[in-house]
Amino acid sequence: MKLEMKDAPGQLVAALKPVSLVGGNIVAVIHQHDPQHLSDTIDVQIVLELPEGKLETLVNLIRNEGVNILRIGEERLLVRHSVILIGHLMHTDLSDTVDRIDTTGFAEVAELHLVMPAIDQPSSAKITIKSTSDEAMGEALAILREVARQKKLMIIEPLEDHQ
Amino acid sequence: MKIALIGFGSVGRGKSGIISAGGIDMRAVLDRKKATGMCGTPGISAWDVITTADYDLLIEVTPTDATTGEPALTYIREALAAGRHVVTSNKGPIAVAFHELSRLAAEKNVQLRYEATVCGAVPIMKALEHGLAGNEIIKISGVFNGTCNYILTRMADEGLTYQQALMEARELGYAEADPTYDVQGIDAAIKLVILANTVWGLSTTLDDVDITGIDSLTLAALELADGQECTIRLIGEIIPKKNILRISPRIMPKNHPLVVSGTLNAVMVDTDMAGEVTLIGKGAGSRETASAIISDVLFIRDYHVKRS
Ligand SMILES: NC(=O)c1ccc[n+]([C@@H]2O[C@H](COP(=O)([O-])OP(=O)(O)OC[C@H]3O[C@@H](n4cnc5c(N)ncnc54)[C@H](OP(=O)(O)O)[C@@H]3O)[C@@H](O)[C@H]2O)c1
Repeated sequence: MKLEMKDAPGQLVAALKPVSLVGGNIVAVIHQHDPQHLSDTIDVQIVLELPEGKLETLVNLIRNEGVNILRIGEERLLVRHSVILIGHLMHTDLSDTVDRIDTTGFAEVAELHLVMPAIDQPSSAKITIKSTSDEAMGEALAILREVARQKKLMIIEPLEDHQ
Repeated sequence: MKIALIGFGSVGRGKSGIISAGGIDMRAVLDRKKATGMCGTPGISAWDVITTADYDLLIEVTPTDATTGEPALTYIREALAAGRHVVTSNKGPIAVAFHELSRLAAEKNVQLRYEATVCGAVPIMKALEHGLAGNEIIKISGVFNGTCNYILTRMADEGLTYQQALMEARELGYAEADPTYDVQGIDAAIKLVILANTVWGLSTTLDDVDITGIDSLTLAALELADGQECTIRLIGEIIPKKNILRISPRIMPKNHPLVVSGTLNAVMVDTDMAGEVTLIGKGAGSRETASAIISDVLFIRDYHVKRS
């Protein structure tokens, strides 16, 4: 997401402080002169990654700091979901499994944690998927389920439904 | 009230002591017990008791056959047809033929009750039918198999492998010699079928349930879940509006109400007015199952026998 605000003294620090409180991640801070404005004020754009459903809390926290938010940009890859896969992950081409999600354009594998046991034993992996919306997450999970079925992998999903 | 008791295994026996405490005529029970052929007079079979004895209510606690529902199905059908109330802990006949049996009961103006079939001592059926009456039931999810829950708890808490936890469960008598039925999720699936058919009036069978058991779960998977303050439990879910009828291991936050320990069962009901209601308790055991049966018997005595 993008946050835009006036670059008044202290505003940037005040705006950034609550981000970590809600478990967010600052991706970039961009200073920008607005050619429309003759004044010296600068707009600042902050690009953030936020956990699902935390936007409103963050906006309130930032407003409480006295920061004026001009605009809240498009929400992208806000939904995060982890699933566990069990089976012969390497023998069934793990990178292909990841690609099937990454090539969708609306979801990507953000994290992969693989535990390899003794040879010939099934391995286990936790895969964290990021997507643009709940619907997109539902679609990404449907793809993963289908891949798991084809490759005879067991998929363990979280209880909250993304059917 | 005269009661015929068919099946004198762990559930049948667990009940007999408690029944007299409930103020019900125990003599008839003991008489029938003697007459079953297995406990006394040879030559008088369970069928003879059901068809010829003088009783008002049949307690049916014979072994479960998930495919045919027999022999219980025939016993229950016969008792209902003869105008007798029936209480059972047997999942078979309720999963296989609930609609047929409940129509028959209604025709004969008698009660068919089956509290013990789902979640043992937990009064989930009465909660759904009476406690939450008037609510739309949107979704039911829960832990419906104590054996699986025990195995998963031990894997998560003690770092046991699946095989080690299963062996321990066997030694403690929580798992059968052949644990297939439990660990592959079939037992839990039958309970979902019962809930789907009795709560929503659906006509589902075991084949309609999307079943994944816990038998290929790795310890590594539980450790991966643990890394994000989660654990794994075998969860049954029914969401009729989304066509979901599923048993599968799921990643759950450790503080989720359905994350219960050991052999406990838990069931969460999602409703329009009451919101979420969760019940937790013992899903098996001879006295625990007897508790559910006794409550059904007393319900019938209080609401259906006294009035007539
Ligand atoms: N145990 C639990 O915790 C629990 C919990 C919920 C529901 N249930 C259900 O409750 C029922 C009884 O369970 P249980 O643990 O008591 O089983 P059990 O210990 O195996 O007892 C079954 C009883 O039924 C008798 N029986 C077997 N075949 C029969 C037949 N064809 N006709 C008449 N009687 C017959 C057996 O006779 P013998 O004694 O001669 O073998 C035995 O007395 C099962 O359907 C089970 O799924 C049990």
